[in-house]
Amino acid sequence: MNYEPVIGMEIHVELATRSKMFCGCPSNHFAKVPNTQTCPVCLAMPGGLPVPNKKAIEWTIKLGLALGCEIPLFSKFDRKNYFYPDLPKGYQISQYDQPLAIHGKLGDVRIHRVHLEEDTGKLVHSNNMTLIDFNRSGVPLVEIVTEPDIRSGDQAKEFLKKLYQVVRYLGISDADMEKGSMRLEPNISVRPMGSKTLPKYKVEVKNINSFNFVKKAIEYEVKRHIDLLEQGRTPVQETRGWMEGNNETVSQRIKEEANDYRYFPEPDIPPMRWDSVFVNGIKAQLPELPEARNTRFMKEYALNAYDSGLLTDSRELADYFEECVKLKSVSPKKLANWIINKKVNIDDVLPATLVKSIVQASAVATISDTELENVIQRVIGENPKAVADYKKGKTQVLGFLIGMVMKQLKGKGNPESIKKTFQLYI
Amino acid sequence: MKLNTLTLKDTLNKLQHKEISLSELYRDVDEAIADHNEKLNVYLTVNNEAVKEARKQQNKPLAGVPVAVKDNFCTKGMRTTAATNVLKDFIPPFDATVISRLKEAGGVVVGKTNMDAWAHGSSTETSDFGPTKNPRNPDYLPGGSSGGSAAAVAADMCIAAIGSETAGSIRQPASWCGVVGLKPTYGRVSRYGVAAMASSTDSPGAIGKTVEDCAILLNAIAGKDPYDATTSPQPVPDFTNGLKKGVKGLKIGVCYTEHPKLKGTDASRAVVAAAKTFERLGATVEPVSEIMDPSIAIGVYTIVQRSEVSSNLAGYNGIRYDYGRAFFGDEAKRRIMLGTFTLSKGYADKYYVTAQKVRSLYIENYQKLFGRYDLLIGPTSPGYAQKLGATKDNPMFGELEDMLLEPSSISGLPGISVPSHRDPKTNLYLGLNIVANYWQEVSMIAAAYAFEQEVKL
Repeated sequence: MNYEPVIGMEIHVELATRSKMFCGCPSNHFAKVPNTQTCPVCLAMPGGLPVPNKKAIEWTIKLGLALGCEIPLFSKFDRKNYFYPDLPKGYQISQYDQPLAIHGKLGDVRIHRVHLEEDTGKLVHSNNMTLIDFNRSGVPLVEIVTEPDIRSGDQAKEFLKKLYQVVRYLGISDADMEKGSMRLEPNISVRPMGSKTLPKYKVEVKNINSFNFVKKAIEYEVKRHIDLLEQGRTPVQETRGWMEGNNETVSQRIKEEANDYRYFPEPDIPPMRWDSVFVNGIKAQLPELPEARNTRFMKEYALNAYDSGLLTDSRELADYFEECVKLKSVSPKKLANWIINKKVNIDDVLPATLVKSIVQASAVATISDTELENVIQRVIGENPKAVADYKKGKTQVLGFLIGMVMKQLKGKGNPESIKKTFQLYI
Repeated sequence: MKLNTLTLKDTLNKLQHKEISLSELYRDVDEAIADHNEKLNVYLTVNNEAVKEARKQQNKPLAGVPVAVKDNFCTKGMRTTAATNVLKDFIPPFDATVISRLKEAGGVVVGKTNMDAWAHGSSTETSDFGPTKNPRNPDYLPGGSSGGSAAAVAADMCIAAIGSETAGSIRQPASWCGVVGLKPTYGRVSRYGVAAMASSTDSPGAIGKTVEDCAILLNAIAGKDPYDATTSPQPVPDFTNGLKKGVKGLKIGVCYTEHPKLKGTDASRAVVAAAKTFERLGATVEPVSEIMDPSIAIGVYTIVQRSEVSSNLAGYNGIRYDYGRAFFGDEAKRRIMLGTFTLSKGYADKYYVTAQKVRSLYIENYQKLFGRYDLLIGPTSPGYAQKLGATKDNPMFGELEDMLLEPSSISGLPGISVPSHRDPKTNLYLGLNIVANYWQEVSMIAAAYAFEQEVKL
């Protein structure tokens, strides 16, 4: 039988706001001394109360808009009650039935919802001991849930790359998967080709920290499910973990039925209401998004899809390219080639500097061989002592002579070709 | 005259005019604490540094006066137990907003008062550290959950006190101890640093010897708090400002006197007498008929409160604070189980969601009533203080005692209980409950003050 994978993604992104979601502690927790960025609120001491971070809410709405979502004019936080040692309140403040953004689309994948919640602390296991670091407790966390529209590992990877790009374009997170600021969880199942109903089970895979591993995990799972289905068995609904070393997934937790999180509206935070003026104000702040920018680059700068795709890969690179274009000394096509082929480090080289060196390098090519020969002969004639020294074996004077030539060429010319031509004459 | 018997107002006057000194004041208060605390079990922790702290506060509005604080308010460096064994050694590294405001205004925490554990109760008998006894008659309960604070005021073991109310926990013990208890509008006073009971209803407030004392204390603690998102940006008036405004021209609705459970009781009679007093003072008074039956509020409150409790107590899992779930008392366990049930899948719609809907009906009902009346009055409690041991085998004790306060509490309205009657045989008191619309504490305080001046107990 032929089968069709049915895959949805859940992606968590830590927001790079200055402070945490519900208190004033810094949200940047990476490599900080454990439990140094905590307070009565994120430690859930008696009477600690959450006060929502406005910026985090605006950024989540911004992400929702960038993903083509509707922004309902009412939203609220809810308590998700469950026990986990790194969850100091015994519940997580999240959003249940009225998330900040719903019904979007990115590429060919529909977005089900985008909501805002708080991260948990971190368990550190060592020497038969488990310690808790609460620095991460309460860091703003956005969850993006797709519809089960993905049909392959490759499609998942493509989608995630696009999402990563959008998040980075918005500047709301470093989305660094190594640091855990972006976490990827595919929900995978398989159905007979042609079936329109959702399979009765799904397998969630956790612990994945790269797009490639998502692809591999999906491919591994799809094969595993098909093998089971072929044997007349149904895969078990469960959570599995990706084992990077072995390129396989292993069972972590069997979900017999959905957890009962006993959601109820968070009484410590009043519900949120806004009007379309507020939402439009956030919309107006949206930068040009990767896809639109890519299309425009192809059209406006006559770039091919490949070059344009590379240049719009990050907002910084695309901005850099356009800064260079604005200087008008070099054609966009030439700039694109130069930036891509020479792998220009955009953090070190200013646009003006880059453009200048491209102009200079291009000028080299325009020096005719005769012009170069004339200058070299003139320099030989003007510096008999240096030439004599060189002939006696003092090769280091060649540098001096090349310098004299370049001076006369007013900086034009490529030292390598000058050196070669020189050697022909002495 | 013993200085500990002074009202807050008189203490401040005398301190200001240097008629008394802080040393004299604290000498008398300390003496009262030494005399009564062992017997009445009012304070769980006494601040031995109080007079020293007071001397640093003398130039501020509250001039260093000793204030008793319910033990569910976090006090920096001072043990805060919420009267539960789970927190029996907890020393907070921070002050609740009410405490920091009290200190800024010049108040001094003289001690932390007993309460029902986690504020789960209306007797102060369910404290993990033993019951507090009613100073008016030690065979009786002080009420609760702010029973320690009400008793501290009644026994002159402080000048005024801070309590917290979820549904009756300030007004009911004030009523039983024969003192004044003021519960402000929900969101008027910050909950930050108050061990959460039912977050959507918890309201810190004041307990004092007089209405004016409560107003002075409320002045110190009210207002928007950046640490509590549910506090309101409503401007904070001077609550003592309209004190002598009286009730002339006000329309006052009389509630519950004809309720089958109250008809013919002292509680009902005292309200009828109070209504006459208000009439004499120039108010228009009439019985309210369209008020929703308060007994329905018991169910609503029980479900909403237990649901929130089950979540609010989830963090006390033994990983921190040294003492884990085994240290929860029976009442807390009952509430956690009931609340977990009412929020569970398949039951939440039937219980939690329905309760919230009925809660909205109460709110609508009150808005209709306040379209017609400026104030509503009724009994604070259905009767006098009950005897020690009354809560045994009676888990719904509090809900029945607070039945008359629960409708306005779940609606977030402000209320004040003023002593209205004293039984000379038992020396026990009844309180008159005055409820106002949201943010209308000033006119509520004015009416309470006018009534207080007329009642001689």
